[in-house]
Amino acid sequence: MTQLAVGTPGFRNRPALRRRRAKSAVLVGLLIAAVVVAVGVLAWVLVYVAIQGVGALNLGFLTQTPPGNPAAAGGGFYNGIVGSLIIVGIAALIGIPLGIGAAIYLVEYGRGRLADTIRFFNDVLIGVPTIVTGAFIYAIWVTRFGFSGFAGSLALAIVMLPLVTRTTEEMLRLVPNELREGSLALGATRSQTVMRVCIPTALPGIITGAMLAVARAMGETAPLLLTALGNDLFTEYNPAKRMSTLSLQIFDNAVTGFQEGQGRAWAGALTLIAIVLIFTFVARFFGRRVRTSNA
Amino acid sequence: MPSPAGVGGGIAASTVRVAPTLLKRGRPRFADRIFGTSVSVMGGIVLVVIVGMVVFLVLEGLPAMQHYGFFSFITASRWTPSTAFPNVSHPNPYGILQFIYGTMLTSIIGMIIAVPLAVGAALVITEVAPQRVKGPLSGLVDLLAAVPSVVYGFWGIFALIPAIKPVVDFLTTTLGTVPVIGVAFQGPFFGVSYFSAGLVLAIMVLPIIAAVCREVFRSTPRNEKEAALALGATRWEMIRIAVLPRARSGIVGASLLGLGRALGETIAVTMVIGNAVLHINGSIFSQGATMSSVIANEFTEATEPFHLSALFVVGFWLLIVALVVNIVARLVVHRGVAL
Amino acid sequence: MIVKIEARLNRDRPVWRRAAGVRAALTLMIGGTVLAACGSTSPATSAPSATPTPVCTGTTANPGYSNGLATVSGQATTLSGAGSTFVAPMMSVWTKAYATANSVQVAYQSVGSGAGIAQLQANTVDFGDSDAFMKDSDIAKAKGPVVQIPLVQAPVVVAYNLPGVASGLKLDGDTIGKIFSGGITVWNDPAIKALNPAITLPSTPVAVAHRSDGSGTTAIFTDFMTQTSPAWVTALGGSTTSVGKTVAWPVGIGGKGNEGVSAVISQTPGGIGYIELDYAIAQHQTYADVKNKAGNFVEPCEQTAANATVGITSYPSDLRVDIVNQSSNAQAYPITGLTWALVYQNQTKAATAAALVNFFSWVLTKGQDLTGSVNYTPLGPTLQALCIAQLKKITVNGTPVSP
Repeated sequence: MTQLAVGTPGFRNRPALRRRRAKSAVLVGLLIAAVVVAVGVLAWVLVYVAIQGVGALNLGFLTQTPPGNPAAAGGGFYNGIVGSLIIVGIAALIGIPLGIGAAIYLVEYGRGRLADTIRFFNDVLIGVPTIVTGAFIYAIWVTRFGFSGFAGSLALAIVMLPLVTRTTEEMLRLVPNELREGSLALGATRSQTVMRVCIPTALPGIITGAMLAVARAMGETAPLLLTALGNDLFTEYNPAKRMSTLSLQIFDNAVTGFQEGQGRAWAGALTLIAIVLIFTFVARFFGRRVRTSNA
Repeated sequence: MPSPAGVGGGIAASTVRVAPTLLKRGRPRFADRIFGTSVSVMGGIVLVVIVGMVVFLVLEGLPAMQHYGFFSFITASRWTPSTAFPNVSHPNPYGILQFIYGTMLTSIIGMIIAVPLAVGAALVITEVAPQRVKGPLSGLVDLLAAVPSVVYGFWGIFALIPAIKPVVDFLTTTLGTVPVIGVAFQGPFFGVSYFSAGLVLAIMVLPIIAAVCREVFRSTPRNEKEAALALGATRWEMIRIAVLPRARSGIVGASLLGLGRALGETIAVTMVIGNAVLHINGSIFSQGATMSSVIANEFTEATEPFHLSALFVVGFWLLIVALVVNIVARLVVHRGVAL
Repeated sequence: MIVKIEARLNRDRPVWRRAAGVRAALTLMIGGTVLAACGSTSPATSAPSATPTPVCTGTTANPGYSNGLATVSGQATTLSGAGSTFVAPMMSVWTKAYATANSVQVAYQSVGSGAGIAQLQANTVDFGDSDAFMKDSDIAKAKGPVVQIPLVQAPVVVAYNLPGVASGLKLDGDTIGKIFSGGITVWNDPAIKALNPAITLPSTPVAVAHRSDGSGTTAIFTDFMTQTSPAWVTALGGSTTSVGKTVAWPVGIGGKGNEGVSAVISQTPGGIGYIELDYAIAQHQTYADVKNKAGNFVEPCEQTAANATVGITSYPSDLRVDIVNQSSNAQAYPITGLTWALVYQNQTKAATAAALVNFFSWVLTKGQDLTGSVNYTPLGPTLQALCIAQLKKITVNGTPVSP
């Protein structure tokens, strides 16, 4: 605390104190300005998308496919909404159990260098660009089986896996050891202890993590460009075929110059934000201890 | 707990003394062994995926690398697939230096803007805001990370670019005419540019940096902060004396994590950077391309000789850059603060 | 001035086009008032082209082709196609009408001609579509011989976003080449002024918009510039690299698809780009009259695009033909191109093959009557008959699909 000593003469010196207080007020004011900018940008984005999107958002938008000709009015992104739900749904079925399993390994079984390595590279995988994930799935899957919704699911599963692993791991670490000891003392096996004691105890946090991962996957576009490709005109329910997603449709329509197409894209953006925010809020409702930014 | 006492009695008896590692000492039963093996396999998937990515990107990029030479990609800065011919290997028409430049430039612009804002926001949330406001405030900043990339790009084109155009036009006519440094700020500004992409990236990485910084600042011992205040320090002095010195490496790590995200961001950048692939453009207000944007634009339609393979080479370098930044970031963060 | 407005309105055109005409005329009027106040050129002479192009008036008659192939039975109920964005508005009309009439869903993804060829080569689609035919080197990378069938022709227009300047700016090939290679950077460049002495051009910087993806529209447009602009050829390093689906654009903003380029033009004052006619019309954009082989500045429309094949009497047997800037017709719009459907000659699934033959036979007959609704131009009778013959080459495991 030697630095503090430098400031001490000011304690009895009124003008100096005033100067220090003024300096503090200015700098703290700057910090507050930073928060205002951050929150202001958020409000700008949300309000702008809401204003642009609400005009084209109606029941028809949620239940119809695009009109084909981007210059035509009406129609909607039903096929993309269906595609998003199916692709993200399959991705969740793959990514969430694997992520939870990996976290169980890290907390309950793994030790030593291997577990540390896995933990470390799990964090690194979170930072891998998702377009690279898409290229990877293209190389191992699309080159053999063609573009498909399922290929998109595989890519999104890889996006979700490390997020789920990380939050689940954090949650499992919060489970008190006494519970594990109690379970074992009552004669449960290790697997029974994990599945019937640790997981249920940590469940709210695990659900939070899983839902945040789902929200993240919903908004992904880049890997789907290389895997699911898109299918603009009709609704495809078969994940073995090319599928559209909400995010792909927003991207395709946003970069057109057609007013009507852009209108649909804004409505799509509003829908997507709403879905993602619902997932985020529900996730927060389940557990407040998980960081929500997936850093 | 339905299991009868007889089933696992032995385990309990032998594990009473060593509580923390108790679970790991249990005598594995058959079902247990299957469970243990399967979660171990799941744990290993992460490694398989990362190794697989590197291997497959290299394999797919190999034809181009063999044809043109491994280093010829990162020493050339012209991307002209139209001049690729199967039997010509020099010069390499798939130079990627301008994409690396674009990725670096946009990310650096993003970091210059985002880091001060994120650190400021995190300090307000941990040190300045009243207790009741802290939760909602940090939730709002986190929400910035929930907005999908494609929405940021869309908003960037229609809301952000028109809003910054007057400012940038002013900069191009003032800074842009200064000798020497003027080159970097030259107009005309058509909206889509490196700078616009950097600005969108700043917004996207801000919540990530802010979240890590928040954790870092929170780990400051409470008694040191109180001691500073008790000795008469102002709020800013308390932050400068008690909070920031300990957080330095954490802030660096957080920034690197943000950088890692910025480097790989694709869709939003593709929408606002202008997609000029030919060469490096000197002005930050001119159009360019990044490693990820060129993959997004050209991947599904690469018909020229070695075109697709060259895009995998771009992907390979993007992965390498991202891995290096992320690994360094994790090492710094882990050393700085236990997360 | 009023005379001019009526002249524009009297061109018998669809409603939206008339609206654009009125707006253009109003813009001129406002511009004219300002000019008059400044004591400068009179508004009447500042209006574009004193010689109207009467070819663009009236509607084209539907060709009413009836030489389609007999419907092949046992067809699949879905077809998957991808490619050209140039043909996408036309294709969306065809696929909608075809689904209603025959309950066969054709999923056409507008991804760009380059992607169309790539997807066909990878066999991820039943058919591709490109506005640049597949070269031998492209076919060599495919999984077998490919039948290439022209479907429709259409003009590529040079659209611009210059507040105060209406449609009908006159441009020749070399000036266009200089603009797109970065040789002309402001709108009041002497070269543009020389062609348009009556129009007051602003000093706005030129924002070139081009394609970021592999594009047949690019192939058509760069073909035209390569034929007519030495400046373009020099800037691109020779006539082999100055034409193609992708070229090394020295300047400009890349947009994805015709949609993307038209968006960039709309969003950027001073913007100029090349797009298929329907995109420009649907987005109320202004576009240039381009100098043709005969030396006339011609407005792009259905009729002038139809004139682009006038005088071409013989076609190669594989129908890989370049019609860009070929016709000497006085009213031919020079930057007119074809789009080709790309289908594997030897199909493996009978149902898919039947669906393909039925669909394209329909497109080449009934489908040609629908072209006017989206400002495309039907194929001429000579070429159309050859296309039908081309369809007969498609086989399933060696046997022709349509006997």
